[in-house]
Amino acid sequence: TGVMPSKKIQLFYHRNYYILKYIKIENFHFELFLFIFWKKCDLHKLEEGPPLQAVLTREEGLQYYRTMQTIRRMELKADQLYKQKIIRGFCHLYDGQEACAVGIETGINLSDHLITAYRAHGYTLTRGGTVREIMAELTGRRGGIAKGKGGSMHMYTKHFYGGNGIVGAQVPLGAGVALACKYLGNNEICVCLYGDGAANQGQIFETYNMASLWKLPCIFICENNKYGMGTSVERAAASTDYYKRGDFIPGLRLDGMDVLCVREATKFAAEHCRSGKGPILMELQTYRYHGHSMSDPGVSYRTREEIQEVRSKSDPISMLKDRMLSNNMASVEELKEIDVEVRKEIEDAAQFATTDPEPPLDDLCNHIFYNDPPMEVRGTNPWTKLKSVS
Amino acid sequence: MFYIRVTVRDALNQAMDEELERDERVFLLGEEVAQYDGAYKVSRGLWKKYGDKRIIDTPITEMGFAGIAVGAAMAGLRPICEFMTFNFSMQAIDQVINSAAKTYYMSAGRQSVPIVFRGPNGASAGVAAQHSQCFAAWYGHCPGLKVVSPWSAEDARGLLKSAIRDDNPVVFLENELMYGVPFEMSEESQSKDFLIPIGKAKIERQGNHITVVSHSRMVSLCLDAAAVLAKEGIECEVINMRTIRPLDAEAIETSVMKTNHLITVEGGWPQFGVGGEILARIMEGPAFNYLDAPAVRVTGVDIPMPYAKILEDNSVPQIKDIIFSVKKTLNA
Repeated sequence: TGVMPSKKIQLFYHRNYYILKYIKIENFHFELFLFIFWKKCDLHKLEEGPPLQAVLTREEGLQYYRTMQTIRRMELKADQLYKQKIIRGFCHLYDGQEACAVGIETGINLSDHLITAYRAHGYTLTRGGTVREIMAELTGRRGGIAKGKGGSMHMYTKHFYGGNGIVGAQVPLGAGVALACKYLGNNEICVCLYGDGAANQGQIFETYNMASLWKLPCIFICENNKYGMGTSVERAAASTDYYKRGDFIPGLRLDGMDVLCVREATKFAAEHCRSGKGPILMELQTYRYHGHSMSDPGVSYRTREEIQEVRSKSDPISMLKDRMLSNNMASVEELKEIDVEVRKEIEDAAQFATTDPEPPLDDLCNHIFYNDPPMEVRGTNPWTKLKSVS
Repeated sequence: MFYIRVTVRDALNQAMDEELERDERVFLLGEEVAQYDGAYKVSRGLWKKYGDKRIIDTPITEMGFAGIAVGAAMAGLRPICEFMTFNFSMQAIDQVINSAAKTYYMSAGRQSVPIVFRGPNGASAGVAAQHSQCFAAWYGHCPGLKVVSPWSAEDARGLLKSAIRDDNPVVFLENELMYGVPFEMSEESQSKDFLIPIGKAKIERQGNHITVVSHSRMVSLCLDAAAVLAKEGIECEVINMRTIRPLDAEAIETSVMKTNHLITVEGGWPQFGVGGEILARIMEGPAFNYLDAPAVRVTGVDIPMPYAKILEDNSVPQIKDIIFSVKKTLNA
């Protein structure tokens, strides 16, 4: 696909992947590209899958690294703040799964649509939210992305429909968004995410049926992190081949810890949808380091050894870092500098999130209805009449 | 004065037709709405006129298609989601409440959901327990929803148009037994922009002795009871609620302050119901001091709906029950 004349080629095998290092020299200007080859991903009702190789440029590599690291650090900071009781209620952390959010976003456009369940902080970021707004929402402040009224599970940005608390309910919603895309003829698609736990929900199968019947431009993505809360996939599903559960919907299963794999598969899936072929299903095999939520230590149903093994062998950020370092795409110092910048961004955001004031009480009853004149809302007793504006 | 007779069914049909024509983003989905012309023929002719894109037959999967409708509303369309009856909406109620009603609030105003959920509600005739429940109280309980319960053809037309043009989730409770009932409609009400505001009740009959508040089909019975009572010199003021939520408490209070007596009449079950809410509001508001007798509720019997005609007839308020309650209240 548009191969430039090369000056130096090395082919070597690194951890299940073949890497072809290729240097383009033009006008004394070095540009390093990596071609990365995978083994074929598992396919269901598909003749061909995504390409078996991808090109990673230095710029892309650095960007993915930065974004994944930002998500990682943001989630770890949230862990800290939760333990300090500055964040309360539900908090479902995404560390370990960064390659999914980042990979998916690089495979679609910001003008496309995305919806997920409650493990949503990473997606809020990739869909255009800032760390500041996300953290301030977690701490329930007025500067939060939902003005403190939504919390961890209810964050929204443009073309990002949350953040949904009811397991599986987001899947029909996502198909509805896809219906709107088709109806309006805007060539946009909807990425609709759910977990291995949600994958057994009846409404998801209802959605598969309608999405397929009506050829909705919907990419269903199952983030299989092996556990639905404390229940392992083997104990919850008669068939753990989630990529096949769409039955008549073509599916593919791939390594969700490899950001490039995710990107290429997403591009492939997006093309499938945009060409009018209807929905497609992707299963991303991934892992969460934290428990289900902050109330779950995450070690009663899985071993610390398992968690440690994933961390040491399959961490998405380490994987990308190793690739870039061992191929001289970036220096150790450069990546360290990114780490420092990210850390600072998180610190600033945490600072904001802990010092920003809570929402004003006047805001309590607002945002009930859109585009309506102001109305009265009953308070806790008959004498208290509160004001509500759109 | 120019009047035409229009059935509630035709009024609903025309309202949807006009709104579909007016705004391309409006579409209808539900079971049998397209090629079957609607299970109760409310959407007759619409598929023929607007086609597959805008009138969509769904599989029998309420939770799924209600969710799809809500998602479409979030992404900029204006769906009308029909439940063949509101009994089936229980399968989808999570999407109505958690996905539709609460989203504008949870997102602090970022994400609105302009959707209408409509269909027949409450008792029909001989359809037994699982097909006869009234959901006015269930949906009326939830902030973020508007809940509308039309009675006449004019109500149906004006309120459905308002509901479709409303940028918020509206639950539109029709009544199967009213579909075939004709009403006289004024020329004005035939205008394409005839809207009835959501949240305002209507006084269907003026009176001085007692306020009778009702919604949907029961309004017919109240008017019939009022006609009988008038012969005995008792003048009832019959209020048609039109909207369950937001409840027009002011209209009821103003009436009670005039008549000093109140009964509510509904088809639904008594406990935690529409009547209960009205009575509580009267207690808490300025009208309490004007009551000369306790306000009471006339409701469906507190049982699942039986099948046999004699049993069914005695499970919902009859005209004689309304007359009895009025007289009891006035003699108290």
